[in-house]
Amino acid sequence: MQFKDYYETLGVARDATGEEIKRAYRKLARKYHPDVSKLADAEERFKEVGEAYEVLQDTEKRAAYDALGEKWREAGQPRGDDFRPPPDWDQGFEFKGRDAGDLHDLFETLFGQRGAHAHRHADVRRPGEDHHAKVAIEIEDAYRGATRTVTLRQPVMDEQGHVSVTQRQLSVTVPVGVREGQHLRLAGQGGAGAAGAPAGDLYLEITFLPHKLYRVDGRDVSVDLPVAPWEAALGATVTAPTPVGPVALSIPAGSVQGRKLRLKGRGLPGQPPGDLYAVLSIALPPATSDAARDFYAQWQKTMPFNPRESMGV
Amino acid sequence: MSHESESSVVEVVETDMVFTTVQLGRACHVDAAALEELVSQGILEPQGTGPEDWRFAGANLQRAKTALRLIRDLGVNAAGAALALELMAQMEALRRAAKSSE
Repeated sequence: MQFKDYYETLGVARDATGEEIKRAYRKLARKYHPDVSKLADAEERFKEVGEAYEVLQDTEKRAAYDALGEKWREAGQPRGDDFRPPPDWDQGFEFKGRDAGDLHDLFETLFGQRGAHAHRHADVRRPGEDHHAKVAIEIEDAYRGATRTVTLRQPVMDEQGHVSVTQRQLSVTVPVGVREGQHLRLAGQGGAGAAGAPAGDLYLEITFLPHKLYRVDGRDVSVDLPVAPWEAALGATVTAPTPVGPVALSIPAGSVQGRKLRLKGRGLPGQPPGDLYAVLSIALPPATSDAARDFYAQWQKTMPFNPRESMGV
Repeated sequence: MSHESESSVVEVVETDMVFTTVQLGRACHVDAAALEELVSQGILEPQGTGPEDWRFAGANLQRAKTALRLIRDLGVNAAGAALALELMAQMEALRRAAKSSE
């Protein structure tokens, strides 16, 4: 595990007071909260800030961290040392907490800081808890529907406080038209009920895996579509990819870089379905042969053009 | 806990489900009082006259989870979370408007 300077993460001096640390944390937490921030790495940053605060706001942990640096955790909490979360722990991890991204619950479950409360799940007769996890699917799955096998890992602590991870696999039907942020409920797949009470439910929050062609915004989908200069200038009918297969797309004459062409109803399926936007990107043939260089030179001569005219230069 | 692959009936919460107060509380791991607080701030909008007969449309799950995360992570109260959600919705509307006028 890479050493993390928690003071640097929070942007505070090593002799910062508790109040200063709290203030810095609050400010960064607001800035990087995954529900608030649109930054691609917001979730990662938020977790780092939370981890730093978790340690620095606690007098004992902070003292251990100051004294031992990166080895503080091993020394202070020997039990935590024999388990490392897998690198992709966020994916498919199943939580009793109210949220799949709950770092504090993960930390506390994994490292046993909440050990004193661990028994609370077994002591009374009551229905099983609802569990939450995130599931990443391909954009194509939302178009066509799919059956995906989801591996759920759940940290479990035994009576001695040893943490292990149990795995189970579930076959999940991804319904056509499901969107990012929506939840699938799998009745009875949550925590077991105590003393004959019914099991809880499992909620799977849908996220889309990054796609090399498509971007999704709500029910709309965008794709960057390269076109040749003559296709943009003169108009053409070209073949454009969509998540359910190629379609013919008519490029109007005089199209410019960045022009958006809407394919109505070809976004994510639904009532109503979303739209697919092809964003034109003008691609130049490379000038790698004499013939191509001659052609560009000829073009320059016959079509004087200053692309920077609007910049006044 | 089983290691085999099992199959299960799937519902899309946002389109197929309606929650009672008890069900939504269980799904969010909070008690009825916490939901009542979110309702009183207009974050959640159930049908019905009181907690006993409230019915929450499925989309309330996302809003409840987001609001509860903001309350827990940022130290704001329900009114602060309501304001944040409102501003986030406005930003999203502006972002979409800016995008469609490109």
